[in-house]
Amino acid sequence: MNLQPLFEPRGVIVVGASSHPAKFGFAALHNVLAGGYAGKVFAVNRDGGEILGLATVTDVALLPPGEADLAVVCTPPAANPGVLRACAAIGVKAAYVVSGGYRETGLEGRRAEEELVALADKLDIVLAGPNGQGLVSTPAGLCAQIVGPYPPPGAISVVSQSGNTVSSFMNYAGRTGIGIARAVSAGNAAAVTVTDYLQWYRDDPATRSAFAYLEHSASGRALFDGMRAVTGDLPVVLVKGGISQAGQAAAASHTGALAGEQRIFTGAMRQAGVCLAHTVEEAFDAAATFATQPLPNGPNTVVVTTAGGWGVMAADALAGSSLQLAPLPDDLRAAIDTKLPPRWSRANPIDMAGGESRDTVPEVLELVAAHPAVDAVVFLGLGIQSNSARLLRDGPYYPDHGLERVVAFHERQDRRFAEAAAAASDASGKPVLVATELAVTDPANPGPAAVRASGRLCYASANRAVTALEHLWRYARYRRRHA
Amino acid sequence: MPDEALVATPGDAVAAAEEIGYPVVVKLCGAAIAHKTERGLVKLGLSDAAAVEAAAEEVLAEVQPGDGDGDGDVGLLVGSMVSGARELIAGFVRDDEFGPCVMLGIGGIFAEALGDVAFRLVPLDAGDAADLIDDLANQALLGPVRGEPPVDRQALIRILLALAEVGDGDDRIRSIDLNPLIVAGGVPVAVDALVELDG
Repeated sequence: MNLQPLFEPRGVIVVGASSHPAKFGFAALHNVLAGGYAGKVFAVNRDGGEILGLATVTDVALLPPGEADLAVVCTPPAANPGVLRACAAIGVKAAYVVSGGYRETGLEGRRAEEELVALADKLDIVLAGPNGQGLVSTPAGLCAQIVGPYPPPGAISVVSQSGNTVSSFMNYAGRTGIGIARAVSAGNAAAVTVTDYLQWYRDDPATRSAFAYLEHSASGRALFDGMRAVTGDLPVVLVKGGISQAGQAAAASHTGALAGEQRIFTGAMRQAGVCLAHTVEEAFDAAATFATQPLPNGPNTVVVTTAGGWGVMAADALAGSSLQLAPLPDDLRAAIDTKLPPRWSRANPIDMAGGESRDTVPEVLELVAAHPAVDAVVFLGLGIQSNSARLLRDGPYYPDHGLERVVAFHERQDRRFAEAAAAASDASGKPVLVATELAVTDPANPGPAAVRASGRLCYASANRAVTALEHLWRYARYRRRHA
Repeated sequence: MPDEALVATPGDAVAAAEEIGYPVVVKLCGAAIAHKTERGLVKLGLSDAAAVEAAAEEVLAEVQPGDGDGDGDVGLLVGSMVSGARELIAGFVRDDEFGPCVMLGIGGIFAEALGDVAFRLVPLDAGDAADLIDDLANQALLGPVRGEPPVDRQALIRILLALAEVGDGDDRIRSIDLNPLIVAGGVPVAVDALVELDG
C-alpha cells in the first residue's frame, strides 16, 4: 500500500477547520501550521473566514485541483462521504479521518464505517482512521494531529491502535532526544491496518525501527503474515494491550474486539520475529536502541563500572536474561592490568574500584569493545564526577579556591566518557550502552547530556539497559536462525 | 514411540512382554478410552510374567460398555517401560484465530502449577521448533538433570515437526496430545497419545 501521500504529502487540506481553539478542527490546523510543514496548507470551514491568519473556503470543491495530496478530516460522519468525493475530485490521494462516531459506537457506526471504506476504495483514496488522533512525519515537518507532542526528528516510526499511546511514546522521544520519523494513530484501522503501516515503514529510508501498539486484529493469521513480512528488514517492538482477562474486558468495550489467546499470540509473534515488550517504557528503550545501536553478534556482554554496587546489580540483571555475563578473556585481563592498579575486579563486571586516572575509562571501553570475545558492553557510573562537582559549583566557595578548574575538569571527563562509549561502539560495530539514573534524575548532568548529544539513549538503569540489549540479541538471533 | 504390541488376551500379553523384554507396561486400549490413568487402566513397571498376567486381567475387568469402537473391541497394549525423571507434553491444536499450532510444555505432576507451555504456528521449520524449545521458561529442566543427559533437542525438533505434519495433514484432526513425552536417557519418548477428531 502506498502511504507516501499520507506521510510525504504535497499539500495538506484541513477539512472542518474550526475557529474555536477548543475544537479538534482548530487543533489540527494549528498543529499543521505551527509544525513547520513546508508545503501548501488549505483550510475548509462551513462559514468561511480567516483562521490563524489563513483564509478558509466553505467547500472542498472551491480549492484548486492538484495542489494537495492529504486531507485531514474533522467533520462529522454524515458529512464525510461528500467530503471524500469532493477531495477525490481535486486529486487528493489520502484522507486521515479524525472524526469518531464509527464502529466504536455500535451497529449503525459500523455500517457507516464500512460504507466509508468502500467509498474510499472506489475513489482510490488511502483512508487512515477513522476515530484517530492523526499523524506525524518529521522528515516532512508534518504535525497533522489533534494532540501533542510534536517529537524531535529521528529514526523510530510508530503505529498504534490507541492515540494516547502514540503521545506517551513520543513524550519519551522528547525527553531522551531519540526522535521519531513517522507516527500514526491508526484509530479504528478500518482500511489501513497496523501491518500496512509497518510494511510501508519497512521500505521507508527514514525508519530504522518501529513501535506498534495493538489491541485487536481482524485475523490472527493475517497479523502473523503481515508481521513476518516486515521483521526481516525492520525490527518491530510490539506492546499488546488486553493480555490479561481484565485488560481484554477493557479492550473489548474500547474497540469492540476480543483479544486472542495470550500464549498462542505470544508464540505467533515470536515466530514472526516481533519483539514483545510489556510496557511503553520498555518498548521505547528497545525501539530507541534498535534505532541507535548496532545489533550484537552474540550474547556475551561485559559490564564496565567505576563502582561495585552498580556492577553487581547489572550482573544480576544479565543472569536473569538470555544474555551472558561473559568470562573475561585472559588477554583482555592482562591488557586492562596495564591500565589500572591491582585492586580492580579482574573479572566481569570490570569494576575499576576508583583506580582510574584521566584516560583510563576511554581506554578500557575501547579495549573491551574491540575484543573478539565480547559482543556487547554496558557502561555504568557515568556522571558521578559531575554529580559531586555540582556541590562544589553550587556551594558558597565557587569559583574560588581552585573550584572552577576542578569542576570544569570533572564535567569535561564525563563528556569524554560519553563520547568514548559512542566512539568504542562506532569503531567496533558493537552495542555499547551507557546507564545511569542521572539520565532521569538530572538530565542536564554533562554525562547523560553528552550521551544525548552523541545521538544515543542514556538508559535510566542497568536493568533497563540489559532489557533493551536482550531485545536486540533475541532479534539478532532470530534473524540469524531465519535468514 | 517405545516398542509395543496390541494383543487380546492375558496369555498373549505375557508372550508379547517376553518378546519386548521386561520391565513393561500394560494398558487397556479402546477407541473411546481417553483418560486411561485416571481410570486405573495403566499398569507400570511389570517385571515378570505373573505381574503381566495379573495386570492384564485387572484392566480387562474394568472394561465398560462403550469403551470400544463400533465392533466393541478393546485390546491390551503391552509396551516397554520407559522411565526418566522428566516428562514433557507436546501437542497440536487448531486455534480459531491463528489456525493450526503446535505446543510444547513441561509435563509431569507439576505441569499445571508451572504452566510452562509455548506455541508456534503451523507450518513451522526446524528453526521455529528450536525457538519454541527456547521459549520454555524452565530451561534448566532441559539440561542435565539428576544424572540424566540433556534433552536431545534435535529429537524434540523432529517430534514437533512430525506433530505439525500429521496434525495439519488431516482436516479431521482437531487436536493431538503426546502426553507424557518421557525423557529417557535424554531422548523424548511419546508414551501415550490422544487424537481428537471432528464430529
